[in-house]
Amino acid sequence: MLKSNQVEEKKYSPEHIQYLKYMKRKNTMVQLSQIALLVLILFLWELSANLNWIDPFFISKPSAIMNLINQFIKDGSLLLHTSISVYEVLMGFVIGTILGTLIAILLWSSEFAAKVLYPYLVVLNALPKIALGPIIIIWAGAGTSGIIVTALSISLIVTIMATFNGFKEVDEEKIKMLQTFGANKFQILQKVVLPATIPTMINTMKINIGMSWVGVIVGEFLVSKAGLGYLIVYGGQVFRLDIVMAGVIVLSIATVIMYKLISILENTLLKWRQ
Amino acid sequence: MENKFVQIKDISKIYHTLDDETEALKNISFDVDRGEILSIVGPSGCGKSTILSIIAGLIKPSSGEVFINNKRIEDMNKNIGYMFQSDHLFPWRTIMENVLIGLEIQKKLDKENVDRVTKLLNTYGLKDFKNHYPSQLSGGMKQRVALIRTLAIEPQLLLLDEPFSALDYQSRLAVSNDISAILKKEKKTAIMVTHDIAEAISMSDRVLVLSKRPAIVKTIYEIELTCSDRKNTPLKRREAPEFRHYFNKIWKELDIHVEE
Repeated sequence: MLKSNQVEEKKYSPEHIQYLKYMKRKNTMVQLSQIALLVLILFLWELSANLNWIDPFFISKPSAIMNLINQFIKDGSLLLHTSISVYEVLMGFVIGTILGTLIAILLWSSEFAAKVLYPYLVVLNALPKIALGPIIIIWAGAGTSGIIVTALSISLIVTIMATFNGFKEVDEEKIKMLQTFGANKFQILQKVVLPATIPTMINTMKINIGMSWVGVIVGEFLVSKAGLGYLIVYGGQVFRLDIVMAGVIVLSIATVIMYKLISILENTLLKWRQ
Repeated sequence: MENKFVQIKDISKIYHTLDDETEALKNISFDVDRGEILSIVGPSGCGKSTILSIIAGLIKPSSGEVFINNKRIEDMNKNIGYMFQSDHLFPWRTIMENVLIGLEIQKKLDKENVDRVTKLLNTYGLKDFKNHYPSQLSGGMKQRVALIRTLAIEPQLLLLDEPFSALDYQSRLAVSNDISAILKKEKKTAIMVTHDIAEAISMSDRVLVLSKRPAIVKTIYEIELTCSDRKNTPLKRREAPEFRHYFNKIWKELDIHVEE
């Protein structure tokens, strides 16, 4: 706090003001160009579809997709499909993160268990979990629960491995410092190991949100009757490319929002970094 | 003998790995009076820090005993303050939260203790930095914070493990001045490990010289400087005429063992 006050009070040289202006302008240019690029692509897409340079049947066009999304919004199906998928993703993500962290804590607290279980984790981590999809669907049920378990299977092992490795990287000397105060194992976990691993955990969460989406979409491809993955597969089967595209667009928006939420969490938890 | 504050009796330590065993310490015995500052110097890797870890109860000696206040050290002793080479401040805690961590762990976080720690911070020039994060402080200040964190639990005995070696030369002189002043003002007993002979002589009442591994106690020098009234700062003590004399003696003693 004190620092920012000092900055405000300070009088800058004209050269520095010039520099700040220049940097601000540069930043604005980047953002404008990003928007311009998107507009250009959409425009060219629309144009080439209208002039029949490309076949709108296979590639659809932005205006058709927008119309469809509008229509989906009006009849409520967009909300239905999106909310189902988001629910499944959040369940997979939250359970994966909590369960993964708990298992990592158990491995950390027992060196013996960690040594015994590590090779199994490595194998499970290397295994393409998508291959387990059909088995999971059979075991966990062909519905929301099966889809959540599919998402969970993808994110869980990654969470365990990343978090456990994060725990092990905590400076031994810092732990020793707490021990000189007489800290027990739980206090060491609470006061140094967990806080020191938060940056790692946030990074894992960023990866996991994507992983959970992969799991959910795959699960929905396999079994579901609703959800964005279902929408995309259905659109593909009936050759309605506008449905597929609409599904993909809504999907990317949902992913970006979730990613942003984690960034906000990161900024709140890691205030000390600034 | 029985009324010595710290007694180290015939300590030996062997480190084991799958490939080999290493004898680090061999029959180390010495003692420290209340209010005294004792420095331990020795060639690098001779097991200086091991002695501190054993006194703190962090590791067990292969044989021998440590008594503090006539009490045998079996396990981690909560009444010992340990100060490390680097400050080990937690970057996610403010300075105030950092210095309170020991009290927090020992569940002694009451108003009286917090006030006492606040006073320590105020006295030692950290008044305006309580709510800062460690990354906003200089190396010397961080080391001072680390000492206050150690003092916060009111330890009977302070163990300083090369507390200044992570600092640059100027800060090192300044901080050793500060810390020695703090130790004297708070009337603390301290055992300091260092590889800096000048630092050892200027800061302590006695200097213990270890041999190379397996370390035995080579000599213990009683440091008596003509200006030596306990109020003198380490910097002043460096100007005493006997300073060079002690320095050369200890340096020679260490050197012989490097050549061996």
